[in-house]
Amino acid sequence: MTGEGTAKAVITYRQALNDALRAELSRDKNVILLGEEIGIFEGSYKITAGLLAEFGPERVRDTPIAEEGFVGAAIGAAMLGMRPVVEIMTLNFSLIAMDQIVNHAAKIHGMFGGQTPVPMVIRMPGGGGQQLAATHSQNLEVWFAHVPGLKVVAPSNPADAKALLLASIRDNDPVIFLENLSLYNTKGEVPDGEHVAEIGKAAVALEGTDLTVISYSRATTVALQVARQLAGEGISVEVVDLRSLRPLDRETVCASVRKTSRAVVLEDDWLSYGIGAEISATLMEGAFDYLDAPVRRVAAAEVPLPYAKPLELAALPDANDLIKVIRELLDATGFSPAAGHPIDTAT
Amino acid sequence: MAERRKPAAARGKDPAAAGRKAEAVEHFPAGEPTERLLGYYAGMVLIRKFELSADQMYKRAKIGGYCHLNLGEEATVVGLMDALRPSDYLFTNYRDHGYALMRGMTPGAVMAELFGKSTGVSKGRGGSMHLFDTGARMMGGYGIVGGQLPPATGAALALTYRGAPGPDAEVVMCQMGDGTTNIGAFHESLNLAAVWNLPIVYVIVNNRLGMGTTVEAAAGEPELYKRGCSYRIPGERVDGTDVVAVREGARRALDRARLERKPALLEVMSYRLRGHSVVDPARYRSASDLEIAQSADPLPLLRRSLLAAGLMDEAQAQDIESEADKKVAAAVAFADSSPDPTPDQLFDYAYASPVANAAHALPGDPLVVVP
Ligand SMILES: Cc1ncc(C[n+]2csc(CCOP(=O)(O)OP(=O)(O)O)c2C)c(N)n1
Ligand SMILES: [Mg+2]
Repeated sequence: MTGEGTAKAVITYRQALNDALRAELSRDKNVILLGEEIGIFEGSYKITAGLLAEFGPERVRDTPIAEEGFVGAAIGAAMLGMRPVVEIMTLNFSLIAMDQIVNHAAKIHGMFGGQTPVPMVIRMPGGGGQQLAATHSQNLEVWFAHVPGLKVVAPSNPADAKALLLASIRDNDPVIFLENLSLYNTKGEVPDGEHVAEIGKAAVALEGTDLTVISYSRATTVALQVARQLAGEGISVEVVDLRSLRPLDRETVCASVRKTSRAVVLEDDWLSYGIGAEISATLMEGAFDYLDAPVRRVAAAEVPLPYAKPLELAALPDANDLIKVIRELLDATGFSPAAGHPIDTAT
Repeated sequence: MAERRKPAAARGKDPAAAGRKAEAVEHFPAGEPTERLLGYYAGMVLIRKFELSADQMYKRAKIGGYCHLNLGEEATVVGLMDALRPSDYLFTNYRDHGYALMRGMTPGAVMAELFGKSTGVSKGRGGSMHLFDTGARMMGGYGIVGGQLPPATGAALALTYRGAPGPDAEVVMCQMGDGTTNIGAFHESLNLAAVWNLPIVYVIVNNRLGMGTTVEAAAGEPELYKRGCSYRIPGERVDGTDVVAVREGARRALDRARLERKPALLEVMSYRLRGHSVVDPARYRSASDLEIAQSADPLPLLRRSLLAAGLMDEAQAQDIESEADKKVAAAVAFADSSPDPTPDQLFDYAYASPVANAAHALPGDPLVVVP
């Protein structure tokens, strides 16, 4: 996936998704796209731009405003051999389709004794910070990640977005593909050609020795920015990008923390019962004796997200919140840049 | 009674609702092969005996969970399933035993599923409400009211990518109960089927009750076949105690889906002879309501009619009945002697594609092992 030796282009996260959809529509005639306004309107966030013109209305199918209906229809189409990729305009509207997602997509393969796979993808952007207020700003990843039978991925950069979307479309299980509104315009290097990720693998996005920040999706971009900033102060932060929330690559998380002995989770969801809670429990099992201090979590304040900008900013986790918690954790464990971070003089 | 089978006359009427005289007989359409009618009787008897056995087995704790029977709906099930071709796809609700049997799934494998055995049609993962068989194109019984409608609609969508409409086209039949027409998924599905011209027949088995709630209490338009109007989906109502009428109504609807690639709605007026499920004593039902249902019991009606028409004699009837007894007894024996699934198979079928870092821990086991 590093694409060593291959050509790379710098493109947006949006373009990476669009490229992946186009590639799969071209490769496999069973791939169809379904969703509200994905055709003529080219997608509320233009992820499907140009695809209707290229592939026609049967492959890129506009649906009525009927999330339960078209998500369920994708399930049935998948049972008969299609590979539907559904766009739900934003994650918030998936709540209307929850019965089909949780009671049907997640259950049909296992409950019927493995007789029919349900190869489908549900793509949807979540996230706050756009002043969309409480009903349009949510991060409900744990709702999906809690459910066996689903796979849940949340890429943080264009290369992973493309490679994971290819993997999700080729996977024979229902995959919840979580995007984030604030990532669409972010840019990154994407290797040319076909790179298909393995679902269920985290990445060490940045190596470090003093402390691990565990994050995913948008939060990873914040974690990386903070890590680079703190590197200038002699603090070496390792960033683990989960990429997949179910299955969760617990081993990569634990291995990192066994090395650094300090862990902070940065997550965009609400604090209680969030991804950070699961990571903390994982570290209790897999790295308890290696921890110098309790795991810290930086998550969203537990309120329906207000519209007013100062309140929205206060509620969402940002780089300053992360830096503050990192400093607290380092202080609490007697860290000083010189002592706590012996730079590899030996090697 | 014969004119009931004509679609125009059948539309909107519910001749069975007024109750039947216990002596009434049906008249069969001219040219209807006797073999076929005897086959219907055999199918209905098999369902009846299977369901009565399931009821007993439930009471002996061989069957767990919820268990909903087709008792009283035998003519409906047999008529629908005779109209449906093996190449067509079927989705049903949880009241699915009869449909599975008539789709050709073996009574043993169906009973084994009810018993939760690994030889069951869903390998013991689904139980009574979730019978499935890819080969029989029985795409599942579904326990969530209305849950089967969007997937069935999507299956019909998939068929539109497979070939043109015509006499050999495959179609989808999606069965549901009367109460199901009140849930959002019903309306979203019909609308999608209409705007996308999907080859699907939605069948409402109107047994007049959703658990204890009557159709009149629950539906703004209690003539349920009219509920397709909002979507310009034509609806027809047929007498569900008359197996031939059911078959003919189903054929008309399936033809529309097959030849014209358009959705259709069929309401089959039927009866539930017992409670909602085996544990429901149905105390909410009035004596007269129950009497109407019992006098409309399609089994004695068909038996009497076949005898009266000279198409079957008493000995043949008894042969058919004892044959069904044997099949059901064999099904129970098969289910009983089949192995239970074992805990080491717990995570089988959880996913279809291999899963990196799957969380396979039993209660109390850690997910991460410290090196
Ligand atoms: C979404 C949902 N709500 C409630 C139930 C509980 N429930 C099971 S069956 C049933 C009645 C359904 O009646 P109907 O559609 O007429 O089918 P019938 O049982 O008569 O065949 C109800 C309310 C359920 N399974 N799913
Ligand atoms: Mg009912």
